Amino acid sequence: MTDVLNALTLLGNFLIIPGLTYGSQLALGALGVTLVYGVLRFSNFGHGETMAFGAMVTILVTWGLQSVGISIQPLPTALLAIPVGILVTVVLTLLIDRFVYRYHRERKANPVIFLIVSIGVMFFLGGLIRFIIGPGDQIFFDGTRFILKAREFKQMTGLDEGLSLKMTQAVTIITAVIIVTAMFWFLNHTRTGKSMRAYSDNENLALLSGINPDRVVMITWILVAALATIAGTLYGLDKSFKPFVYMQLLLPIFASAIVGGVGNPVGAIAGGYVIAFSELILTFAYKKVVLYLGPESMELESLVQFLGTDYKIAVSFIILVIVLIIKPTGLFSGKTI
Amino acid sequence: MSAFYQQYRNQILFSVMAGLLVLVAVIQSLSVSLTILNLCLISAIMALGVNIQWGYAGLFNVGVMGFAALGGLAGVLISMPPVSEAWQAGGFGILLGLLITVGTVIASLFAWSHIQHLKKQRYWIIAGIIISGYALLRIFFDPGVDAIEAIDPSVTGYLGGLGLPILVAWPVGALFAAGVAFVIGKIALGLRSDYLAIATLGISEIIIFFIKNEEWLTRGVKNVNGLPRPVPYEIDLQQAQWFQDWAMAVGMPVDDASAVFVKICYALLFIAVIGILLWFSETALKSPWGRMMRAIRDNETAAAAMGKDVTWQHLRVFVLGSAVIGLAGAMLTTLDGQFTPVGYNPLRFTFLIWVMVIIGGSGNNWGAVLGGFFIWFFWIEAEPIGLWLIDTLTSGMDPQSVVRAHLLEGAAHMRLMTVGIILLLTLRYAPEGLIPEKKRL
Repeated sequence: MTDVLNALTLLGNFLIIPGLTYGSQLALGALGVTLVYGVLRFSNFGHGETMAFGAMVTILVTWGLQSVGISIQPLPTALLAIPVGILVTVVLTLLIDRFVYRYHRERKANPVIFLIVSIGVMFFLGGLIRFIIGPGDQIFFDGTRFILKAREFKQMTGLDEGLSLKMTQAVTIITAVIIVTAMFWFLNHTRTGKSMRAYSDNENLALLSGINPDRVVMITWILVAALATIAGTLYGLDKSFKPFVYMQLLLPIFASAIVGGVGNPVGAIAGGYVIAFSELILTFAYKKVVLYLGPESMELESLVQFLGTDYKIAVSFIILVIVLIIKPTGLFSGKTI
Repeated sequence: MSAFYQQYRNQILFSVMAGLLVLVAVIQSLSVSLTILNLCLISAIMALGVNIQWGYAGLFNVGVMGFAALGGLAGVLISMPPVSEAWQAGGFGILLGLLITVGTVIASLFAWSHIQHLKKQRYWIIAGIIISGYALLRIFFDPGVDAIEAIDPSVTGYLGGLGLPILVAWPVGALFAAGVAFVIGKIALGLRSDYLAIATLGISEIIIFFIKNEEWLTRGVKNVNGLPRPVPYEIDLQQAQWFQDWAMAVGMPVDDASAVFVKICYALLFIAVIGILLWFSETALKSPWGRMMRAIRDNETAAAAMGKDVTWQHLRVFVLGSAVIGLAGAMLTTLDGQFTPVGYNPLRFTFLIWVMVIIGGSGNNWGAVLGGFFIWFFWIEAEPIGLWLIDTLTSGMDPQSVVRAHLLEGAAHMRLMTVGIILLLTLRYAPEGLIPEKKRL
């Protein structure tokens, strides 16, 4: 019995909690990508950099707050700085839309042209971020590091394996739940949210019904900026902030959005968790779990791992390919908000 | 004035480019200028490859990095001497592993085509075949890999190559890229255009992951150094009597002269390749095939209605373009003399090449070449120029000032921002690029 509990604790510590955390980060990112896709109808390659930009502003504000001694112990100060980060990022995305995307939208450019334009935005933002904060690692986490330490857990339960819960993990998961709930409430129950869904569903019909397209586009960018800032900051808190990493994050985020059904918010969230858990499940070394569950005298030489840990990001893509072949519309058939 | 520009636009633009390179030769040094020229030539070939896919057929391939890396891998596998101890230690396991992989693929393809009537169950059957094949593979493959990687890991620790001349690697690199492109194309070309973009982006990342991690084949992050050269070594030149006389005649120190001579040799090789490619591309574009490709690009439905097999043509042009990129990748490793998997990042190897094509003029081969030259030149020279610019602009400030130090430090990243702005401006004000596609009636 203890063996089973030990095995479960091990899985919980290294698989379930990290999976939920990473999945929440991906889900928030994918939600942003999906909104742009649903309303503006293109794949936004600049989303990773938007996340990095939001996180960067939050970091700068956090440093400012820390230097004047404001903190919200035991929570990280960055949570206090996020609203400012969102505000600045909203201004930035609206400016970019005004000076870059609007022109192409008015000319009803091909989605591929939008995609290339978003690559230009990606370059621009990438340079801007590196120019302001530099390409290096930035650590801005403060507050209590652990809510539950592995050692305390062992003492409490008397098990051999420990379960630890980092503050960043708890903050990430809780924030994601709140944001996602708020988002769905907005999309399903407010007038603006409904008009966005209508616009995404059928643009011409929405225009005929008197929905103001400029307003829909503006609201979309505001939501995207807010989601990107939150996702970027949470990721930075949990791992660390490094501009280059956010570009690499683009691939699992796209994979999440497509696996769930691009343009579909429920799908984006489900996709985020599907990708996160499959990455972890396929690259987790099950050696200790098998030893706990197997007979007493069992010995194992291999790590019992499906794929090397280095292939983590590759997993998201393999799933993407499988979904594209078998069900190109994704798990939850997408295309509308 | 404008009419004159219209008529001689290509000549003017290419002369400007040549002028810039001469300027670098004068201000910095001839050697720097030639280094830039060589990389410009390789970039131009990559841009040609992308232009074949995007300009001719409208296929959006963001996996340039992966194809270039495959070409580079060919450089290692063809030219490095084989490591016979490694082959003895683990060669059998590796070969068996390859056989199992091929067997699994054939078995699942065969099963797929014969159990179409089973609907849902067929997915499970295929999954079963693949998983058991994979388990079998790991049983034989892993010991082989461990044995190989254990052999003198600081020097070899991999299988080595075939020990052939490195020029052979160029067409082989193209073949590698073409083979992978065929598989990707089969999977992704039937889908919408931005799915192709995301699929190629993903596959290129996987190729890099593979190259970084499969050390038995590529040495991974330990790099492969000392690839053989198609041109003479500086040290041999310096000792040759005829070369010393020649250096004396042009009035250069023997060291500098040998470096310049080697770079010129490379440049001539690359110019020959680019000449052949341009001739082929131009001929293809003028041929009935080129006409059909443009018809498909401009209106797929109409072309399909005229009886053209759109998917098949897309696959062909995708494979062709990727082969050109693979060729350029092999040339790049040849020029570097080493294979460094860590050096492949999507910004430099995928998106920058795209910027070259868009700015040069998509659909026009000369435009792609010119874009390759201009953007690479700018990418290299932006750093010294940016540094100089900020240094001059802030020279009035206190030398101890933190702001000035930060600005100088950030100057290196200005080029990312500038490339982004140039791309956005081009898309808005000159979407056809520097040399637009020829209007044909």
